[in-house]
Amino acid sequence: MADIRATFFQECEELLEQLRDGLEQIEGEGDCLETVNAVFRAVHSIKGGGAAFGLDALVRFAHQFETVLDAMRAERLTITDDVIGLCYRASDHLSDLVAAERDGTEPAHDTSEDLAKRLVALVEGPVPPGTVPETAGTPTPETFGFVPLAIPIGPTADPQDTTFGIEFTPTAALFTNGNDPVHLFRTLREMGDLSVSVDTVSMPTLDALDPHNSYLAWSLRLVTSESEHAIHDVFEFVEGLCSLRVWLDAEPAPTVPDMPAPAEHVPPSDPGAASPREAAKPAGQSPKATVRVDLDLVDRLINLVGELVINQAVLAQCVAEAGLSTHTDISAGLDEFKNLSREVQEYVMSIRAQPVKPLFQRMGRIVREASDISGKSVRLVTVGETTEVDKTVIERLVDPLTHILRNAVDHGLEVPETREAAGKPPQGTITLSAAHRSGRVLIEIADDGAGINRPKVREIAITKGLIPPDAVLSEAETDKLLFQPGFSTNAVVTDLSGRGVGMDVVKSAIQALGGRVGIQSAPGKGTTFSISLPLTLAVLDGMVVDVAGQTMVVPITAIVETMRPRLEDIHALAGDGSVVSVRDTFVPIVDLGTVFGHRHPSKDFSDRVLLLVETDQNDRWALAVDSIHDQRQVVIKGLEANYGHVPGVAAATILGDGKIALIIDPEETAVRARPTAIQSFVLDEV
Amino acid sequence: MSASADPAASDNRELVTFRVGEQDYCVDIMAIREIRGWTPATVLPHSPGYVLGVINLRGSVVPIVDLAARLGLPPAVPTPRHVIVIAVVGEQMVGLLVDAVSDILSVNDASIQDTPDVMAETTKEFVEGVISVDSRMLRLIALGPVLPPPATKALA
Repeated sequence: MADIRATFFQECEELLEQLRDGLEQIEGEGDCLETVNAVFRAVHSIKGGGAAFGLDALVRFAHQFETVLDAMRAERLTITDDVIGLCYRASDHLSDLVAAERDGTEPAHDTSEDLAKRLVALVEGPVPPGTVPETAGTPTPETFGFVPLAIPIGPTADPQDTTFGIEFTPTAALFTNGNDPVHLFRTLREMGDLSVSVDTVSMPTLDALDPHNSYLAWSLRLVTSESEHAIHDVFEFVEGLCSLRVWLDAEPAPTVPDMPAPAEHVPPSDPGAASPREAAKPAGQSPKATVRVDLDLVDRLINLVGELVINQAVLAQCVAEAGLSTHTDISAGLDEFKNLSREVQEYVMSIRAQPVKPLFQRMGRIVREASDISGKSVRLVTVGETTEVDKTVIERLVDPLTHILRNAVDHGLEVPETREAAGKPPQGTITLSAAHRSGRVLIEIADDGAGINRPKVREIAITKGLIPPDAVLSEAETDKLLFQPGFSTNAVVTDLSGRGVGMDVVKSAIQALGGRVGIQSAPGKGTTFSISLPLTLAVLDGMVVDVAGQTMVVPITAIVETMRPRLEDIHALAGDGSVVSVRDTFVPIVDLGTVFGHRHPSKDFSDRVLLLVETDQNDRWALAVDSIHDQRQVVIKGLEANYGHVPGVAAATILGDGKIALIIDPEETAVRARPTAIQSFVLDEV
Repeated sequence: MSASADPAASDNRELVTFRVGEQDYCVDIMAIREIRGWTPATVLPHSPGYVLGVINLRGSVVPIVDLAARLGLPPAVPTPRHVIVIAVVGEQMVGLLVDAVSDILSVNDASIQDTPDVMAETTKEFVEGVISVDSRMLRLIALGPVLPPPATKALA
């Protein structure tokens, strides 16, 4: 029972996601009946499952919610912004209720009742009292709560036959999975009068025919006393394997040319790619078969793969030390082993990778709540929801993102009056975007508010003793003060932000993930926080280098090119700076040995190798190292757990000989090497 | 004999004793994971002088603290004869470099005396108490303060 219960809650998560998706779609594109139906089904399934487990509070609320959605479905309720707003709140609350039931905590009854009342008010407004389907009965646990069969769109009350049009295009996967349209049509025939016509438009000529593909589509017309829901139920098992459209046809079925029985039209059972017709359909989102796996198992697998990669490095080193030629069988086998372990590792990593969508949806809620509390109207736009990131990264991004978004609403955006005065739309916009960029994930939170009030930031920093009163700071440096511990710009601690966590906590949380957070701001235009994160926390491709006798690893993703500079390309700049000219641009040189304190600054870069690195802000640096050993995959081992963050070092790794090498963070190294007011001040503190 | 027949008296602790410099120290055996020989550590940049670096302990990255330097004694020059005592404090694992591990002792809580007030900050901070054994003095180390500062303190 506990297992089933756990499955139910997992499904609830998915259903809630569908629910929010649907609401967003309705909000964005208007109320297409299909979407409203999808939303309705999501709530309905949660209710049905909840009833099976006797979760009364959940069922009661879901029922009210469903009533409203049903009214929307039957077009008894016009969808306005208010209605959508309420639906969002209801879906938030529904997920609260689910979470409460799952964790065995007490749900907020007040909110339930309040929202339920407002939901009821919605439907009772336009509809004369009494016809509200609520009279179908508050669900009672013993009926398993499957009441909705009693809240259909009318036909049950009046068993008058209605005509439905059905468009059914199976994908090849439908046949691969052992389904057969003929069975579906037979079931439909039992429900009423069915006429079937086949569409062979996409059928190619025989020479172009791929027997493994599906080319046929059917349009059906069903005169039945059953509800539309019942029709959908027939297709329940092929959901996702076909594109299906069911609509209520007001006209009686037009005379369809005589059609032979559907049986003759079943194409040979054929696996293969989806038909071009299917691909053209926008709704053609066919989810593949999936399995649920315990996360612990995945994590153990990932650890093992990590060990495998280390082990492979050990073997490679042994072979190299044995002085065997590269043409021996053992070397060839080892190469094969290397490729295989890399492939295994890639697939295992992709198991952990998940789209950021659920995270973004959660943030939608944060923004709604924040906008309610602050009284500012805010629209959250999300971009790149399908970007995939390691699951751990997603989980650990929740708090930092929440904080940044709350700040954006609370401090970033102005009140509507101020916005209008500045010629902006009264509703503020926050854009949350995710994208892959050169082997990292870039997440940006941009608001169109007033931008950072730099004079005020400076003033506060001086008051709090973060900078000396005479410090000369650039704009970017002033902005970075926000990330200093003990800095908080709001004079009054509001309920919204200012909960005792500052942006410095955000920064350290991101750094703990091997990421960086940056800030750009334009007065009057808004502020953008950009978070750059590694794709995975387990393995990276690195260049193994030697720095003053120490072996270090530089992430490949950061390296643009490597070079051995000619003497005449290196120019000294003022007292202790050096630059190298790369195709007529001058790039500052940072000696890793000096940065890490392994040797004294030197101007002699003649026998050094330079690694040209590029930061997220498109700054370029040349990191000077003594020599390059190798380029290989390394397993990331955190330093944080047992020691702490080392400036300029992202993590550690274990080399083939069992020794530890540090993985450097090129960007942080480069920034540290730049003497600025704020940096040196922070350095003094450490 | 019946009085001592109960060896599981709750206020007995087992201590691992070792030598650092010319002095005897000890820690509770429950905090110790293992004892291993010295292997060269990878130097950590920007670390305090008493942190010798990090080593690979079966896949974990463990920092090594030169206990002598940490306690204000002349820093050790690690040789293959030196010993690393791997200790766990809370969630953190750390290796302590000591000259040699001497013994395992079972002592009664009552026999642990307060650290004599010697007006030295280092002593007060790192020595939890002292025990007199065979006219030698064992100093009981407070592991928490000996560790390098945790991650939260590190600034970027």
